[in-house]
Amino acid sequence: MRSTGTLAAAFAAALLTAALPAAARDLTITSWGGAYQNAQRELYFAPFQKETGIKLVEDTWDGGIGVLRTKAQGTPVWDVVQVETDELVLGCEEGILEPLDWQALGGKDKFLPAAVHECGVGAIVWATILAYDGNKFPTGGPASWADFFDTRKFPGKRALRKGPRQALEFATMAQGVPPAEVYEALRAPGGIDKAFAKLDSIKKDLIFWEAGAQPPQLLASGEVAMTSAYNGRITAANRQDKRNFKIAWNAGFVYQIDSWVILKNSPKKAEAFELVRYLTRPENQAKLPAIIPYGPTRVDAGELVPAEFAADIPSSPQNLPHGVFFDASFWVENVEKLTERFNAWAAQK
Amino acid sequence: MATSAVELRRALRRAERRSTLGGLALALPLTAFLVVFFLLPILGMLAKAVENSELAIAMPRSTEALRAWQGLGPPPEPVVAIVAAELKEAHARRQSAMVAQRLNREEAGWRNLILSTARRLPDGPQGSWLETLVAIDPAWGEPAIWAGLRRAARPWTDIFLLAAIDLHRDDHDAIVRVPPDQAIYLDVLLRTFWISALVTLFCLILGYPLAYLLATLPERWANPLLILVLLPFWTSLLVRTAAWIVLLQREGVINDLLVRLGLLAEPVALVFNRTGVLVAMTHVLMPFMVLPLYSVMRGIPLSLTRAALSLGATPFLAFRKVYLPLSMPGVAAGCLLVFILALGYYITPALVGGAADQMISYFVAFFTLQTANWGMAAALATLLLVATLLLYVVYARLVGIDRLRLG
Repeated sequence: MRSTGTLAAAFAAALLTAALPAAARDLTITSWGGAYQNAQRELYFAPFQKETGIKLVEDTWDGGIGVLRTKAQGTPVWDVVQVETDELVLGCEEGILEPLDWQALGGKDKFLPAAVHECGVGAIVWATILAYDGNKFPTGGPASWADFFDTRKFPGKRALRKGPRQALEFATMAQGVPPAEVYEALRAPGGIDKAFAKLDSIKKDLIFWEAGAQPPQLLASGEVAMTSAYNGRITAANRQDKRNFKIAWNAGFVYQIDSWVILKNSPKKAEAFELVRYLTRPENQAKLPAIIPYGPTRVDAGELVPAEFAADIPSSPQNLPHGVFFDASFWVENVEKLTERFNAWAAQK
Repeated sequence: MATSAVELRRALRRAERRSTLGGLALALPLTAFLVVFFLLPILGMLAKAVENSELAIAMPRSTEALRAWQGLGPPPEPVVAIVAAELKEAHARRQSAMVAQRLNREEAGWRNLILSTARRLPDGPQGSWLETLVAIDPAWGEPAIWAGLRRAARPWTDIFLLAAIDLHRDDHDAIVRVPPDQAIYLDVLLRTFWISALVTLFCLILGYPLAYLLATLPERWANPLLILVLLPFWTSLLVRTAAWIVLLQREGVINDLLVRLGLLAEPVALVFNRTGVLVAMTHVLMPFMVLPLYSVMRGIPLSLTRAALSLGATPFLAFRKVYLPLSMPGVAAGCLLVFILALGYYITPALVGGAADQMISYFVAFFTLQTANWGMAAALATLLLVATLLLYVVYARLVGIDRLRLG
């Protein structure tokens, strides 16, 4: 009898502990991890908790609309999430994101046009760029995406982000297409085939990364000679680990805006919105480039960024002409088919 | 005398039945647990492979109308009217994205067709509904989109199962192979079996002598060694795999050593390719080979081999004729265990393999997490399950299931 009682008590306790976190969950923010989230913690998350007294817990992810859909089911386990453009567009259409109150955020005219969306507000301007280790190329490294695809001129392995996004853009730039005309070329008949053929030309020297923290590691370990990377990770590695990694801005790059979104039916909606407002204050946005060079999405924050950090930001005047803005409509439409094709291509020897 | 014998027999039978029932009752919680937490979720997952409910949920009346309509080209006006009206309603409920997603699986580009049409649909028709739709996008005048809608309206779909074996339906609804540059999953399935077979072989080659050593050493020595075998069991799989990246990478410990010893002129690629996958998986799965072998070998008396030697057999002959056959149940069990476990491997190949070394579980995870295409994930899981069961049947026939001993 005694043992049954103990068992029942243990069972009840187990049920309770399983039920509790769902009932009394703390405000949860999800970002991209690594050096970037460390910077966010120092600049935003910790001061926010101190200022408002709201307890904030963190999670990290690597993106994917599927993950977002799963997390938004029922009572979401995340509240505020940093997402890429296509996740923002899809998520908003599917009704898994809360519409934002733009008046309370300071008005749409305070932001770059691309940073304004019904369900999301721009967090950062970031870019996928061509990076290499300056110490490995004492006589001058790759200066174009054509060089990236030229394994005779620059021997060694290369890494790209797994999946078709950016890979097809870069493969198109490598054929001599100026960045501004990349999507036009990809939309033209045969454009995608040409890009895949270009990728195929260096297939045996290509490896793929998935998490943003990987490219600096691949460069540092000498595993690859050059790689595509998020620009902030490269500068962070230079500043924190005293690396001599170089970014070939002039080779062309794809820049994007990441947005803050709030998941629909968040049990902490008011707190979540307060957090988003805190994150997008101009003085807060202007702090980030000093640690990690992602540009602000507010026009009035751009003016507050110290000049010494501007050279490392994709949206600075000297870099911007070489970049092309990520075409979300092209990718939302084609990402599924192209991902399938990319997977099939990558899986074949 | 006779009655008592009958009664005795009856009492005996009753007692037997009671003990059988008692045994069954004891197993009941486990059976219930297996059904609720194992069998039902698996069946549910498998059902996802043929599920086709998006259109039925978002546009129920259209679904019915489309099912009733037979024929090619744009359907009659009443059907078009229902589809158009309901698409507008679904858009207001934010369910049009679900329909768009489903149609985009039939043909890339239809997502945009559905969504832009849903956004621009007027409240009433301008001319006929069909003319209204064609005015928004000429694609509505083509037979293709209506055939696609009709396929989406069926109670179940085979596109995922067909896609999982590199087939699809063409415009005339006939089943054909996908173009070679898009074929992938049969290759991946074969690769999954091939990698698993190689890993099993390496585990056996390395594990057999180790298990023999463990079984023949005095316990004082065997126990600490056994703990060394078990140690990887208690370490996180991720940690072990990450450790292999550090060891095998281009400027890692092993390459450094080989270059410094002069065995290699230049570091070789040991990781992010097939070599890395085989090394790491063999290491991770080794205990599953050693333990069944060890438990079987412990039961083989060494006196039998000695008897063979004393009767004039060479050591090799004694091993081949006496020891090896006796240890076969362990070999069979270890191989089956390692092979089946290897089939489902995902994290290790994802971390230490290249794009051409990914096994089928990788794609299951990819479709579940990245694109939320549960139908495709379920279809691939079904493919793996069926292939594994078939293989198991063949294996059981060849080896004899009663010869397996897991410990």
